[in-house]
Amino acid sequence: MKNKVLVLLLPSLLLMSISAFVPLMTVLNYSLHVLFSGSIPKYIGLENYVNALKDPAFLSSMGKQFLFCLEILLIEIPMGLALALLLPKRGIMIGPILVLLGIPLLIPWNVVGIIWRVFAREDIGALPVIFSKLGFFYNVSKVPAHAWWTIVIMDVWHWTPLVTLLCYAGLQAIPQEFYQAARVDSASKIATFRYITLPKLKYVLIIAVLLRCMDAFKIYDEPFILTAGGPGTSTELLSIFTSRQVIGGFNMGYSSAVSLIYFIVVLLLCYILYTVMTKIGEH
Amino acid sequence: MAVIELKNIVHTYRKGKKETEALRGVNLTFTEGCPAALLGPSGCGKTTLLNILSGLLKPTSGQVLFDGKDVTDLSTEERNIGMLFQFPVVYDSMNVFNNLAFPLRNRKVGPAEVKERVREVARLLDLAEVLGSFPRQLTPSQKQLLALGRGIVREDTAVILLDEPMTQIDVHQRWELRRELSKVQGSLNITMIYVTHDQYEALTFAEKVVIMKDGLVVQEGSPEELYGNPKTPFVGYFIGTPGMNILDCRLAKTGLDFKGFKKEITPELRAKIETYGPDFKLGIRPEFVHCGLVQQKGWFPLKVKVVEDRGEFKIVTLTSDAEELKSQVPSDLAAEEGGTVWVNFLEDKMKIYKDDRMIN
Repeated sequence: MKNKVLVLLLPSLLLMSISAFVPLMTVLNYSLHVLFSGSIPKYIGLENYVNALKDPAFLSSMGKQFLFCLEILLIEIPMGLALALLLPKRGIMIGPILVLLGIPLLIPWNVVGIIWRVFAREDIGALPVIFSKLGFFYNVSKVPAHAWWTIVIMDVWHWTPLVTLLCYAGLQAIPQEFYQAARVDSASKIATFRYITLPKLKYVLIIAVLLRCMDAFKIYDEPFILTAGGPGTSTELLSIFTSRQVIGGFNMGYSSAVSLIYFIVVLLLCYILYTVMTKIGEH
Repeated sequence: MAVIELKNIVHTYRKGKKETEALRGVNLTFTEGCPAALLGPSGCGKTTLLNILSGLLKPTSGQVLFDGKDVTDLSTEERNIGMLFQFPVVYDSMNVFNNLAFPLRNRKVGPAEVKERVREVARLLDLAEVLGSFPRQLTPSQKQLLALGRGIVREDTAVILLDEPMTQIDVHQRWELRRELSKVQGSLNITMIYVTHDQYEALTFAEKVVIMKDGLVVQEGSPEELYGNPKTPFVGYFIGTPGMNILDCRLAKTGLDFKGFKKEITPELRAKIETYGPDFKLGIRPEFVHCGLVQQKGWFPLKVKVVEDRGEFKIVTLTSDAEELKSQVPSDLAAEEGGTVWVNFLEDKMKIYKDDRMIN
């Protein structure tokens, strides 16, 4: 019986090994060599990794990556939850509202980038015009902070609805009896939120945080399309830094090491997500 | 604790143009310290009535009085009630102590008094040992007690409402919780209203049981009264397992004509019911339907359809082809399915109904 299972699993295992395992091992092999395209590889052990962890550009992009992740979480999670709390629990309006909220989720990353790129352009975009009307100067290709916050807002616009939908589903699953009990106990609105809504949404929120966290680490299209990591390297997040090593740097060994570090960081986040989700099952 | 009065409560649910009358004029009084139960089949309006008592629902018309004070327009928060739901509602993120303290803290009671009250209630509910535990470490029955504790921790609680609190409790833990509920009820002398569709729970818990059907109170009284003297065929059938036999009959010269058999009655009974017209319904509990294998005077033959052995006795379903009835017989009676037995009704246990009202 067990053998049969293995036989049946073989095609997918084979496919996986070709699509994931082999390339991964290749990258691991590359990362241990000095390797420029066309030249003969030279084994150098972990030197590429050591170099990467000493490389200020890499560390800075890693730092920016964590900062970006933290910022979007701090905005999207409370905002998504607040929106979910404001939505009506039932009624004819809830269908159209949920569809409207879902629209940004249907748009591919690069299209979101293009929309906001056009929106933020200094020559034809609406944003600079609006800001100048309000008396502010706004230029994404000159001011690092402007580019940075534009990307943050882009992500918030794109992904807050996901948090809202998750929280909304979570809220719907809380039995009404808890709120009735809170009323019986004369609990204030804040106490009700603190002791019923929040604890009951705990796992939904953990999942929302981890999903957003992982996605934030993989962001590439939006900053790349907006300013290609600029101005300077101000929006050069880990993904852009990594691809730049390959495309512009030609140092296959070094970029492989960077890719692997990047991969391990994402993997670690996946591991946390997996652990939390299995814990919920036990509960 | 308080006297709870319901005066002419009517409630209609409106959904679009469709109106559903859930309560059609309910008048009830729950006296102080009396464990009461609202019993009825699904859709009889008992949950609506409970929501009106708790203030979650405002009746279309009628009044709710707590100790003579009109609370109809007061919100749940202002009513000082306690409530238990079908599943234990406890605050998972707080430990047992904080759960019990929650209603007091919301009412700005000082910390010293909170501590004292919580300890007192925990001792009463046998939760003193687990004050530091979190609800997930408790058994379902302890959780339900914790929920009860939040109701009785305030000294001014007017009434505790229980909405089928046994639903999620294991069958063998139920008696424990029931005993605990009765203990609390007795020692604090609190007014408790227990809503259920389970007659066993209602009859074992309450001193006063209110039977509801189709938005009306059909009968209220002690369990013995309801069992012994059901005022309508519905109550007779609803209380008891199996319920009372309800049979159509017509008054004839020497007795009552049923569908397929006759039962002779005494002139006294005849005189009592004669004036009400010829058609009646007869109610008789299965234990008062006597069966024998030999013919006796006044007994009538019926076919045995089903024999259910319940251990200490048997429940026999008898049929005359047109009518069916159940009888509780001693387990040594050798009644066989398909055979015939001789049957008699105990006349002084016969309940006679005319237009759904008991006349004898």
